Amino acid sequence: MAMDLKEIEKHIKDALPDAEIEIQDLAGDGNHYSAKIISSAFKGKSKIEQHKIVYSSLKGKMGNELHALAITTTEK
Amino acid sequence: MNENTKNTIDEEIKKNDVCLFMKGTPDAPQCGFSMAVSNMLKILDVKFKGVNVLENQELREGIKTFSEWPTIPQLYLKGEFIGGCDIIKEMFESKELHKILKDKSIEYKEKN
Repeated sequence: MAMDLKEIEKHIKDALPDAEIEIQDLAGDGNHYSAKIISSAFKGKSKIEQHKIVYSSLKGKMGNELHALAITTTEK
Repeated sequence: MNENTKNTIDEEIKKNDVCLFMKGTPDAPQCGFSMAVSNMLKILDVKFKGVNVLENQELREGIKTFSEWPTIPQLYLKGEFIGGCDIIKEMFESKELHKILKDKSIEYKEKN
């Protein structure tokens, strides 16, 4: 199972329209990504809440189609 | 998640001040992310219980529902969910993790 980089970006963008997103395919296998996301939606939220926002934008794909996504969130 | 699984999780996080739900064991982690968090706890000399979710499929899925968190590893300190690999790594580097351990009166050593 794998997921396309553009697809990940689109899901996040749909949920967080103002987000600046930088995604890297870490292993080149379509399975291990890292994402840096800057959004105003993270303001005043704990890290756990921020990551949950990103996970929920991926609509259940995290942990299934998408094996590994390292997330770094920053408030805009 | 069935009642048994929920009770198992409740018990583990109550019994163990530092409880890491992981793939594999602290001595033989089966996933790089689980290994990373386990190693950070080892560096801090924190006594922790590693719960191997690969030994129990119900637990592997149940912990995700329990914490509302889709990935493993997951770290609990005194019953509170602290985060997964990315968050723990960030907190370790910023020493926020040290602060939480201190605030929660969990013993750790900082090696130089």
